[in-house]
Amino acid sequence: MATTAWTHQRLEQLRQTRVWRSIFRRGPARTNRTLSLAVFGNLGLHVLPVKVREKSLSVRATYYLGSISFFLFVVLTITGILLMFYYHPAVPDAYRDMKDLVYVVSNGVFLRNLHRLAAQAMVVAVFWHMFHVFYRGGYKPPHEFNWVIGVGLLMVTLFLSYTGYLLPWDQLAFWAITVGTNIISYVPVLGRPIRFLLLGGHIIGQNALLRFYVLHCVILPLAAVVLIAMHFWRIQKDGGLTVRDDHE
Amino acid sequence: MPGEPNAPGKPEGKNAVTRRDFFNEIAGGALTIAGLGAAVVTVKYASPNVLFEPPTTFLAGSPDDYPVNSVTYLQDQQVYIVRTDKGMWALSAVCTHLGCITQWKPESDQIACPCHGSKFARTGKVEAGPAPRPLPHFAMGLGEDGVLVVDKLEVVKQTVILKV
Repeated sequence: MATTAWTHQRLEQLRQTRVWRSIFRRGPARTNRTLSLAVFGNLGLHVLPVKVREKSLSVRATYYLGSISFFLFVVLTITGILLMFYYHPAVPDAYRDMKDLVYVVSNGVFLRNLHRLAAQAMVVAVFWHMFHVFYRGGYKPPHEFNWVIGVGLLMVTLFLSYTGYLLPWDQLAFWAITVGTNIISYVPVLGRPIRFLLLGGHIIGQNALLRFYVLHCVILPLAAVVLIAMHFWRIQKDGGLTVRDDHE
Repeated sequence: MPGEPNAPGKPEGKNAVTRRDFFNEIAGGALTIAGLGAAVVTVKYASPNVLFEPPTTFLAGSPDDYPVNSVTYLQDQQVYIVRTDKGMWALSAVCTHLGCITQWKPESDQIACPCHGSKFARTGKVEAGPAPRPLPHFAMGLGEDGVLVVDKLEVVKQTVILKV
């Protein structure tokens, strides 16, 4: 017991130091008011609501599908960045690098499979999230705009999945992108120019691989981060989740 | 605004334009033009001017390499060279549905696509499946030394046949 008191005392002293106070300005968050202020004043937490209804935290209210999607996005970001250390987006290298990751690099096969499986799981989770929100009426006022942001996130998720599909540069990837980009070229008037811009040419070659890589690793993840931040922020601004009273 | 004291130099009247309004419009217009310009320039930048793609014109050997009543697939070019008793033509092997590479099936006398089951006659005509258009014929001629020259950029009518 004496040690606990001693630790508490030391901690309290630490909290009084100038360095600590410069990081956590408001002191310990012990009361409802200081807790709220701590959430408000924190860059990472301020997109979250300060208070939520207990009911909206129950499993049956959301099945945590949005959180699961976000968690998978975090997993994909971390594993994706690690995969980038070994992968060259170049025609002679890409396929070999993928094979090296599987057979040569320590734990490479774990990271690659985690990235693949998490990507597939994220598509499933995002769709499931969308259906769940739809059937619960979560798109109704005042949540209409957040529904629109969610549709944007669904699109970004699908484009991320699609652009990532080319990167192993195997037969499956090549023909999937052949079919996919030919579907794009059926868009009236703009179809062929869009396909040309996307591939950086008429065929799926070095330019296409590099473009898909940049989209997959930079542009689409940035778009996802911005949309996710807006999505979370709007939950709070729209007054919390839609919760039905019959979930007990 | 009603009740607001007139600032010195502020023009009177209902539709009067203040200096601030004027500069706001100018700045907004300039930003819009700059934004549109940036978008156009970026799209231009993203469209390559020089492509390192395989040449679209190629030599396909002598007509004697192709027996009468045969369909020969040239893998590097993704083109069929068809020869009948009437003459020869070059046929694209790329499915007009979604771009898969078709295969010549001598047993059924058809060109078949493995992706979605389209089937074509050796003239390129669609016989089954989702393909919306026949396989295009490419311009083919004889070079000076009697070698077949195929130009994949020039699509010709089905009726254009090289008499050999």
